[in-house]
Amino acid sequence: MRDDAFHLVARAQAAYARCIDEGPLESWPEFFDDECFYQVTTADNHRDGLEAGLIWADSRGMLTDRISALREANVYERHTYRHLLGQPHLTPTATTEEVDSETPFLVVRTTRDGTSDIFATGRYLDRYRLGADDAHLTRRVVVCDSSRVDTLLALPL
Amino acid sequence: MPSTTATPADPGLRPDWPEGLTRIPYWVFQRDDVFADELEHVFRGPHWSYLCLEADIPEVGDYRATFIGDQPVVVARDVDGEVYAFENRCAHRGALLALDDRGNTTDFTCVYHGWSYNLQGDLTGVAFENGVGGRGGMPPSFCKQAHSPRKLRLAQLHGLVFGSLSDEVPDIEDYLGEEISSRIERVLGGRTPVVLGRFTQALPNNWKLYMENVKDSYHASILHLFFTTFEINKLSMRGGIIVSEGGGHHVSFSAIDREAERDRAYAEAGIRSDSEYSLADPSLLDGFSEVGDDVTLQILSVFPGFVLQQINNAVAVRQILPRGVESTDLHWTYLGFAEDTPEQRRARLKQQNLVGPAGYVSMEDGCVGGFVQRGVAGAGSQSALLQMGGDDAESSESRVTEASVRGFWKAYRAALGY
Repeated sequence: MRDDAFHLVARAQAAYARCIDEGPLESWPEFFDDECFYQVTTADNHRDGLEAGLIWADSRGMLTDRISALREANVYERHTYRHLLGQPHLTPTATTEEVDSETPFLVVRTTRDGTSDIFATGRYLDRYRLGADDAHLTRRVVVCDSSRVDTLLALPL
Repeated sequence: MPSTTATPADPGLRPDWPEGLTRIPYWVFQRDDVFADELEHVFRGPHWSYLCLEADIPEVGDYRATFIGDQPVVVARDVDGEVYAFENRCAHRGALLALDDRGNTTDFTCVYHGWSYNLQGDLTGVAFENGVGGRGGMPPSFCKQAHSPRKLRLAQLHGLVFGSLSDEVPDIEDYLGEEISSRIERVLGGRTPVVLGRFTQALPNNWKLYMENVKDSYHASILHLFFTTFEINKLSMRGGIIVSEGGGHHVSFSAIDREAERDRAYAEAGIRSDSEYSLADPSLLDGFSEVGDDVTLQILSVFPGFVLQQINNAVAVRQILPRGVESTDLHWTYLGFAEDTPEQRRARLKQQNLVGPAGYVSMEDGCVGGFVQRGVAGAGSQSALLQMGGDDAESSESRVTEASVRGFWKAYRAALGY
């Protein structure tokens, strides 16, 4: 594993969380490679090896479409997230240019009326491709601890 | 001056129901006494509630714990290969028997005092039944056979398991009627469902607001803008709704209209679409004919709280469980089939983005019930208006109708005597 792996992954994750929480959401797909996989699932489904996701995307184009749909088509009440991420736990892969990462997260959702609630907790199961001075996701599986989603999941995790 | 209208804060008598099926009083979404009536007469009454899939409990000893209304029940597969269901409650002091949502076991033993039950729910063991050293124990007259959780009536239909706590409930075939059961068969018949995922959506509204939404074919193209924004559903469609005789069950469907499609293709030859928005990855909707016909959408509901959905190749069952007057759990089970090719399975996984709590065409249904629940606060004496498509609850070739919603209320009022 490269010496700078932790630094690059931590920096990418901080920017990723800030992108969702503060915007612009349109930049969110840029944290992924063109060929990528992104899934939001639950701990139960993940443990049981069930394939489906609340969100299931196997291209960056599908991530772009998620944001377009949220902007142009879908109806939901205004709300924001605040991501709090733990430290990434890195494990090497077969190649030094890629690294696997696991990171705990907590997401607080603040709704229009000012209520702030814990919306989701869980972990990111990631594979990052390391560039010269950056890191991009080739795979992010968001495993939520709870199997319940309150009302709806619009903004990505 | 004292108010004369009944509200949740007013424990007075339930007001009368307005005449007919075109006015739905808002108090029906607000009152604790109505909710208690529903649990007793709808969910524990002579109706079939969806419990699980046979595919959820394929092996001997597999079980699932679920609910009929608010009442905990267990569904298990016994050593004889048959499915049984019984109340998830120890006959001794009432504690839950199964503490996990699902698992595999040889028996159920209550953690409180160790009373044990076989997979059919028969009481088979009582800890210290004969006392210790000749002292204590149950009286000689105690008979284990006389003490078991209540057993449910069960009906299995194309891999779906329904249960009822009532002995009065008609056979499932009579309950559903031919038109509804043939549409269940259309999607599930002769196939082997495979569970692809399970998700629960907590809805901030009364359970009936979700059932109304499911049956409401009028709102689909108005609230859900995904298809129209991205100009995806460009084929000419024909469709309609089917309302069961008693009103409680429905099917809404649309199918490719081959004839209109030929005419349109001719008329539009050479004309390019210039939609403002298009999908960056249109493979989202690469699919296949689900069962070899032209039906691209079939939403089917069974009274009181079951939905079977086919939206293109996104197939799912939904179980609607009330948790309180203003709180409902919607349990989604996404399905594939053992017969799927790898390409078909991949198409399903992509199309499931359309549905569920984050679904492009269903996320709005998660919040719109809450908009009504909040909107009608303080308006218990007012009514909703259900006149689109007339005042009856009959099948229709138009989907611009609220007939299936009226059908729900027809069955609901019959069940409750309202």
